[in-house]
Amino acid sequence: MKIEIITPGSRVYSGDIQSVTVPGRKGSFQVLKDHAPIISTLDAGTVTLADEQGTVKHFEITGGLIEVKRNRIILLADAVRQS
Amino acid sequence: MANLKAIRVRLSSVKSTRQITSAMKMVAASKLRRSQDAIVQLRPFAAKLEEILTGLNNALRDAETENIYAARKQTSGKVLIVVVTSNKGLCGAFNANVIREARRIMAEKYPEQAKRGDLWFITVGKKGNDLLKRLKCNILEEHSDLWSDLTYEKTAIMADRLITLYLSKEYDTIEIVYNQFKNAAVQKLTAEQFLPVTVAEKDTDDNGSADYIYEPDQVSIVRELIPKSLRIQFYKALLDSFAAEHGARMTAMHQATDNATELIRDLTLQYNKARQAAITNQLLEVVSGAEALNG
Repeated sequence: MKIEIITPGSRVYSGDIQSVTVPGRKGSFQVLKDHAPIISTLDAGTVTLADEQGTVKHFEITGGLIEVKRNRIILLADAVRQS
Repeated sequence: MANLKAIRVRLSSVKSTRQITSAMKMVAASKLRRSQDAIVQLRPFAAKLEEILTGLNNALRDAETENIYAARKQTSGKVLIVVVTSNKGLCGAFNANVIREARRIMAEKYPEQAKRGDLWFITVGKKGNDLLKRLKCNILEEHSDLWSDLTYEKTAIMADRLITLYLSKEYDTIEIVYNQFKNAAVQKLTAEQFLPVTVAEKDTDDNGSADYIYEPDQVSIVRELIPKSLRIQFYKALLDSFAAEHGARMTAMHQATDNATELIRDLTLQYNKARQAAITNQLLEVVSGAEALNG
């Protein structure tokens, strides 16, 4: 499944991943393949994703929004710091 | 015949002017490219946000959702206009156009408020600030320092300030007047209503959004998204104006360089004519002198 992490200033990350964990407003949750369509606002926190090779990457976001639809994830973040 | 020295001095001054204008043109061109990139970068974010927000419009239109960003009944009678100009001049009619539009809005749309002194301005850009000050308009704030470092974070702070001004019921309407970027040569003067938010009516795609899980729920998402999309709208207006400014400056400097080139051609011609006339004169003097000796 594909993910795009976009901020107003740039495209931070885009590529195929196995899973992603995001800090949802009602608590952190993980998105795996074939997740049901969801739109959720995000709190400040860490986005953790594992890419195709299983390499884990962390991104600090200050808040944002995630949309999951048919194995396409779009994460709109206000600001991102890769850590 | 004009004197040789005067032409030479003029010629060298025009040449150095042309050097400056052509350098400015190139600087503007490279800055234009960079600011255009920023607009392109913003586009996917803005488009996605817009899409999700339109999908959520149903929740927005529900009677139970009190939309604090929409037009309200009790009014304070005050109007705020955000005037976006540049900090530097030498960009043609760029700034004058914005001010003219702002004054037109003032005279046509809000004449009563203007008479009462309830029409206020917030300026971004020194040029517009100076012009409005000279016209004795009420200026609430000046945010010209935004241009020195145009980032989303900084403009977001200012957008939040505008939102606060609206939500505190201090102002009924907030409008933005700025130059929209069309292409390097064309700027489109735009006056946009920032607040209250006008909700786009769109019933065509109602079930497209129905199968989503919303977390926490539609209403809170909308509540959170509206200020976000306002921030984006404001950022986009500033980016547009920034790119338009460089486009305008590039065109203006291109004109100036062309004019200087033409002037140089004319002056060179004049200079050569004068030089030739002087040489002919001198020759005549030598020949007639020799003639007199022989005679």
